[in-house]
Amino acid sequence: MVFGYRTPRHPFDQFRDEVDRLWTGVFGPGDGLRMGALRNQPAANVWERDDALLVEMEVPGVKSDQVDLSVVGDELSIKVTRPEVAENVIAYHRRERSTGSFTRVLRLPVEVDAGRVEAELHDGVLTITLPKAEAAKPRKIEVTSA
Amino acid sequence: MNQEATLTKPAAEQSESAERTRSGRCYRPSVDIVEQADELLVLADVPGAKGDAIDVKFEDGTLEIRAEVAQRQGDEQGYLLREYGVGDFYRSFRISETIDASRISAEYADGVLTLHLPKSEAAKPRKITVSAK
Repeated sequence: MVFGYRTPRHPFDQFRDEVDRLWTGVFGPGDGLRMGALRNQPAANVWERDDALLVEMEVPGVKSDQVDLSVVGDELSIKVTRPEVAENVIAYHRRERSTGSFTRVLRLPVEVDAGRVEAELHDGVLTITLPKAEAAKPRKIEVTSA
Repeated sequence: MNQEATLTKPAAEQSESAERTRSGRCYRPSVDIVEQADELLVLADVPGAKGDAIDVKFEDGTLEIRAEVAQRQGDEQGYLLREYGVGDFYRSFRISETIDASRISAEYADGVLTLHLPKSEAAKPRKITVSAK
């Protein structure tokens, strides 16, 4: 019987669940890798430098005045609005580019200096630089020998 | 984690006719193909590409879009979250509509490539006036 047969889970799925679980711990529930993909939200890459966190998103077709950023506590919210550009449409032969407003909220793993956050938008790529708060920066501790 | 990125950004189908000479992943851009009264409008998302690194070719009814995208972060960079990969874009289409290839034009702004494919005279809708005697 075909439907009584259970295939074991693919090792990659198991790995993905593990990764989801890990990142859910860092960025809070709702921002696991799979959630973003499901809700058709713009995807984000986040990486770290000694002095700052960097968040990058691909938002083609969006102008800088259609991006709203805010940092409240440990959450960065990014709202982008992508307008509909085609007019006098007879038919869509392909329609893969979603339009409208999308909001993404990321929980930041370290404290940032909200007053010095900077964002740049070039060729549809949004890059947000979030300088770390003094307390969150790595510190080199000198070892003195007596 | 690289495979994960393809969930949100599909990899380009490998074309048999053209072999890639650049290493790295190649992605399939999202497109809209819109039919208007006198042209086909093609919108393709190629975020991160510079205007001069985009190549568009129309030959024998096949439209090819290619965009080179430079890496923006080094490989050694530790990602805290990685939902998409960065790489070139490639996609091709068969266009069944009769197109006036000599008048195809392209613009690029904010990561979106816009192509205007004018329909050839024969393919345009024509209003025929009936003259009454």
